[in-house]
Amino acid sequence: MTVSKDQIEAHGLTFDEYKKIKEYLGRDSNLLELGIFSAMWNEHCSYKSSKVHLRKLPTKNNIVIQGPGENAGVIDIGDDDAVVFKIESHNHPSFIEPYQGAATGVGGILRDVFTMGARPIALMNSIHFGSPKNHKTKNLLSGVVSGIGGYGNSVGIPTVGGETKFNDTYNENILVNAMAVGLANKNKIFYSKAKGLNKAVVYVGSKTGRDGIHGATMASAEFDDNSEEKKPTVQVGDPFTEKLLLEACLELMKDNSIISIQDMGAAGLTSSSIEMASKGKLGIELNLNKVPCRENKMTPYEMMLSESQERMLLILDDNKEEEAKKIFDKWDLDFVVIGKTTDTNRLILNFDNKKVADIPIAALADKAPLYERKFTLNKLKKEKVEINNLKKIKIEDALLKILSSPNHSNKSWITDQYDQSVMCDTIQKSGGDSAVVRIHNKEKAIAISVDSSALYCKADPKTGGKQIVAENWRNLISVGAKPLAITNCLNFGSPEKTDVMGEFVDCINGIKEACEFLNFPVVSGNVSFYNETNSKSIHPTPVIGGVGIINDLKRITNIKTKENGNLILVVGKTIGHLGQSAFLYENFAMNSGPPPEINLLNEKNNGLAVLELIKKGIALSVHDISSGGILVSLAEMSMSSGLGLKIFKPKKLKNLYEYFFGEDQGRYLIELSKNNLKNIEALFKKNNVFHEIVAEVQNDTFEIEGLFSLKTKDLQICNNKWYEDFNAIN
Amino acid sequence: MKSSVIVFPGSNCDRDIAVALKKLQFKTSMIWHKETELPKSDLIVIPGGFSYGDYLRSGAIAAKSNILTEVISAGKKGSLILGICNGFQILIECGLLKGALLRNSGLKFISKDIQVKILSNKSKFFKKYKSGEILKLNIAHNEGNYFTNKEHLDELENNELIPIKYCDRNGSIDLKSNPNGSINNIAGIFNNKKNILGMMPHPERMSDKVLSSEDGLGLFLSLMN
Repeated sequence: MTVSKDQIEAHGLTFDEYKKIKEYLGRDSNLLELGIFSAMWNEHCSYKSSKVHLRKLPTKNNIVIQGPGENAGVIDIGDDDAVVFKIESHNHPSFIEPYQGAATGVGGILRDVFTMGARPIALMNSIHFGSPKNHKTKNLLSGVVSGIGGYGNSVGIPTVGGETKFNDTYNENILVNAMAVGLANKNKIFYSKAKGLNKAVVYVGSKTGRDGIHGATMASAEFDDNSEEKKPTVQVGDPFTEKLLLEACLELMKDNSIISIQDMGAAGLTSSSIEMASKGKLGIELNLNKVPCRENKMTPYEMMLSESQERMLLILDDNKEEEAKKIFDKWDLDFVVIGKTTDTNRLILNFDNKKVADIPIAALADKAPLYERKFTLNKLKKEKVEINNLKKIKIEDALLKILSSPNHSNKSWITDQYDQSVMCDTIQKSGGDSAVVRIHNKEKAIAISVDSSALYCKADPKTGGKQIVAENWRNLISVGAKPLAITNCLNFGSPEKTDVMGEFVDCINGIKEACEFLNFPVVSGNVSFYNETNSKSIHPTPVIGGVGIINDLKRITNIKTKENGNLILVVGKTIGHLGQSAFLYENFAMNSGPPPEINLLNEKNNGLAVLELIKKGIALSVHDISSGGILVSLAEMSMSSGLGLKIFKPKKLKNLYEYFFGEDQGRYLIELSKNNLKNIEALFKKNNVFHEIVAEVQNDTFEIEGLFSLKTKDLQICNNKWYEDFNAIN
Repeated sequence: MKSSVIVFPGSNCDRDIAVALKKLQFKTSMIWHKETELPKSDLIVIPGGFSYGDYLRSGAIAAKSNILTEVISAGKKGSLILGICNGFQILIECGLLKGALLRNSGLKFISKDIQVKILSNKSKFFKKYKSGEILKLNIAHNEGNYFTNKEHLDELENNELIPIKYCDRNGSIDLKSNPNGSINNIAGIFNNKKNILGMMPHPERMSDKVLSSEDGLGLFLSLMN
């Protein structure tokens, strides 16, 4: 039986690609084989358009134990502890079925982490929606949020933070990126590379159903008006089984029975078996009659391409089956030997005593197509925003407008749906610059932050790429953590468009430059292309998830101002850059000008100086200055504690709007007691760090001398208002 | 003091409660749901989580598990039993406590720090607190909206069988300080003999100053002889 042209097209393969398939097989492929090629060669699994560029990223330093290429990245945090983490997208499924799409996104990323031998200790997310005015947004938002919560809460991993953003660009293509962080013993990390001949290949976890067939291929195509008809390709999650699988795997990992382990994620049984064999330079032979199936009469095609969740593939060492099976029996999970490793370097599938597929492993992995897509770099927006040409607006009105905007409003109505405290190690929940989670039973903690700046990236992808890495670094510093490494999720439109590819290449260049300068390697990640509907691409939206270490639990800072009479300093130079700012966007619906420049030298200097002040106990509260500039960041500190601020006008300045709303980078707000002012001068001078006093903490009035005076409580009300109004509309 | 923590598939606060008990030198055994015998214990804890995925109805399947037969018989003999969150749901499903835990009135999962007021400290569980004391605890549930009939509610109210109610920072017990729609702001209840306590808030999450407060520790302190 050979395949038809229609079938090739329906599998998202080009005719050139099919020609190659024929060449590798030495014959025509059958439908099952075509399905397997399609699953392995699609963008989602093969990274065929991104690989050549991803190679440029720095992925190593002295703390990196495992960089990209495994289920998740692994870094050393001392005392034999390793942190395992990764971020991944589940954009397409979440648009089609928001609850299940988001839930299985969380499930998948958790499996990536515990596959490596780590107990997950925190979840984070970055979710992007269309305009709140779009009729789909509300349903998508509430579905995604309950899906994220529904899964993480049930498994019992705290969801400790994230970001939620709105922009028209995501009207027809939302982004749901989930990050998981786990803790492992650095000497007990498990990998996917198979080793040894005739080893048992074991299937564990849920049974295989017909859900999610060809999910990875769906995720590698753009949407059109009929996308919602793709619902059957979305998987359904079962967090209960995930919890059992997690406990069973970790129990089995206590001894040395597992040679290699791989979760069945995108492209299920196909990609997991091929991944293991390919990395081990081995062959693999499976008897599909053994695969535990949920439904009757499932065909080999369905079994190989199902994306049913909560399944794992293990390769066990000799004579370990019995003991291992006992553990899975205890947890009431399937445990079936479905095949063995071979020396053929081929994937051989048998069903009903017949060989139904026979493919060289290399054809599916190393020899998968690789494209150097053409790209054009975008011309940068050079125009400067002339503040004097804008309609007059009062400073306090501009502030309130930003605070009550969807993007800047209080998101506790979202995070209150996530269990943030289970596992009893969450020191800092969402709402600050980074989440802080203690290492169980130890006197140290990790900080985690997830960031994106799509507006900056759209205006100038390279600067935008740099900026997110820098902002992420800054967010980690702000809680007192030494930044260690990042994971990235690169959400873009179609790589077949030269301008989108140009955005991708430039964002990578920016990320690379910042990561190299800050010694902040990329240890894992995911690329999500084809985020577009009816040929309209989303803004380039790379998302960075960073992890840092805190070695002294007494020196953790947050954004809450502490005491009346204390001073707030701006660390870093304020020039007043308004291009691409929240001030322009929220008040004038403008997204003009270039994004703020990143000076990596200042970034590093300022950050390290702030970190030193935190470690010395001088900086009492810290907040990075980002979207909205100084005034919005000050308001956030004030709202967090309920205390007020007396804000001083800048001495030398310039335009007040530029000063208070400018989004110049590399800046922090720090609170310190007046007595310490002298002590810090020397340190700042030594490190060449610019600073100035901007405010003093006071009772409950938030004011700029001589300009306006508001009650902190009113800021809080304003900050909560958007959601209350949004929620009231049915 | 010996304690037993019952572990179901899907329990996820079992480690948390064990850590809190250990801090107070309880000797804690983790008891798997398939067991048919309970070791001799001064305290039995049914922890929070999603036993059996909360499928069918929260706590319904766990209430039928092997070990619950033992828990029920121990409870009837007067053993101290504490059910937190999903544990409270299980105690209701197995009949050791009366009433029902409905879906939160806002129809959403709620996880946040809340306040409860101690209405009465006259019990083995709350004796180390003062009546009227306000505690900060954490809740995390989807079905914590306690409901019962008028007759039972009167019985609870008249016999000091409601040790804690949701309140605000100043101790006001009203609609505004009620996070989930619970009747009379009930956060936890006793059986008639006051040896069995079911509560939605998690005291184990407030047992460590590094994380938040130690307001929950008093409960475990009270249980020590």
